Amino acid sequence: MAQIQTLAEAVGNLVNDGDCVALEGFTHLIPVAAGQEIIRQGRRDLTLVRLTPDIVFDQLIGMGCAKKLVFGWGGNPGVGSLHRFRDAVENGWPHPLEIEEHSHAGLTNRYVAGASGLPFAVLRGYFGTDLMGRTETVKQVVCPFTGEELAAVAALRPDVTVIHAQQADHQGNVLMWGITGVNKEAVLAAERVLVTVEEVVDRLDPRPGGVLLPTWVIDAVAEAPGGTYPSYTAGYYERDNSAYVHWDTISRDRETFLTWMDEHVLGGSMAVGR
Amino acid sequence: MTATSTARGEQSIEYSPDDMMIAAAARALRGYRVCFVGIGLPSTAANLARATHSPDLVLVYESGTIGAKPTRLPLSIGDGELAETADAVVSVPEIFNYWVQGGRIDVGFLGAAQMDRFANLNSTTIGDYEHPAVRLPGAGGAPEIAASCKEVIVLIRQSHRTFVERLDFRTTVGFGEGPDDRRRWGLRGSGPTLVITDLGLLRPDPVTRELTMTALHPGVEIDQARAATPWELRVAEQLTTTEPLSEEELRGLRDLQATQDHG
Repeated sequence: MAQIQTLAEAVGNLVNDGDCVALEGFTHLIPVAAGQEIIRQGRRDLTLVRLTPDIVFDQLIGMGCAKKLVFGWGGNPGVGSLHRFRDAVENGWPHPLEIEEHSHAGLTNRYVAGASGLPFAVLRGYFGTDLMGRTETVKQVVCPFTGEELAAVAALRPDVTVIHAQQADHQGNVLMWGITGVNKEAVLAAERVLVTVEEVVDRLDPRPGGVLLPTWVIDAVAEAPGGTYPSYTAGYYERDNSAYVHWDTISRDRETFLTWMDEHVLGGSMAVGR
Repeated sequence: MTATSTARGEQSIEYSPDDMMIAAAARALRGYRVCFVGIGLPSTAANLARATHSPDLVLVYESGTIGAKPTRLPLSIGDGELAETADAVVSVPEIFNYWVQGGRIDVGFLGAAQMDRFANLNSTTIGDYEHPAVRLPGAGGAPEIAASCKEVIVLIRQSHRTFVERLDFRTTVGFGEGPDDRRRWGLRGSGPTLVITDLGLLRPDPVTRELTMTALHPGVEIDQARAATPWELRVAEQLTTTEPLSEEELRGLRDLQATQDHG
């Protein structure tokens, strides 16, 4: 059963140094507040997982929380590069970042296998690409029925999955709607689950296309209103595209980035510590 | 960016090479039913097609929005506008497993940082993989779009930076090294059937699958295309010229661009 906790308590209880942590969200419902709480609590050596790492991953990487990144597409959508991600891969700053990259379909199916309790999933893909030889979690298998050669991807079972949803009730049942990406699979694949929500409500009303996650597959629910900003939460607030454009300037330079993080995420504690 | 000017009666229409690429891409969608759309030029082109000749074109974005009908151009593939206007919003596993891999998409649009003569694409790294000069975003949906959409259209500018003899990383398969590779690798779609550049159009040779320049945009000479290509460019015997942008296309395009949320 999910405990309703503060975000700081939930991150403190569920996310440990060295964990494999999936923070999912496909443009919509990105758990930015939770990612920034992980930064504030100074977690280190994390293996971070996401199909589409964006600004909050740039922040986690630039602040030195990540040892490894497992991903499909790492960019600032519609804007350009993730400069902290690039600096880590190209120049090893603030320290070298191991990477394991997949196609979206491949990484998606790793979650599907994890959620399904299977050791691997099968798909048509990877053959003929240089991705095939670059990751240990993709192999070739032969279909026992047709003899066809197909790609197998190893199940992914994160230590912790973190997602954001619109609402939870007081029992910790969670409801999300709109673009839900791979959130359900990432939750069901994980050992531990933290869900941040816009609000805790007395009663969850059924929604067309809504996805309900029962309280007994979740460990902690934390209220984090506005917790996806500058991403968005359908029904609550819109994506702030200007913040994504602005991030390009903030993140390009190491000092500008650190100053911004200190001011906006760490509450000035770095400036005090210097 | 140089503007091209074409005189039409008393009208003179000014547009950029990017406008020409977008218009050519929009025209190429005529007759298709379902299009898998990436952000940027492909999204603009697909929405221009909807605004002009193909109002019923079904736009599918990888965020899971099927039949999106955005009234303003989105900045990302998952803007709320796409979900709100879609016929259906499905999960990412569904999009890739049932809709793309299931062979339900007629045509996919792709871009890349590099392309070779067999329309293989690189969107991963420039330089050595372990120590890249430039770390690009990576594969995203491209490999499976190229594998399983019935056809693929590539949008890429033509220069020695983008057209390369050898890719630094093969992220996405066009035709591999020749005519047999797609079948050998079990890729069910036909692969790239059209490449649209700022200089003109290329199509794969029906036998060898090597890209062949089949059309030039107005005002472009074949020597420019040759000079922009590091290998010996194959040119069709019947080289044609694409139609310049019509007033209707340009008006449609400017109307769309006025809706773009640049942030």
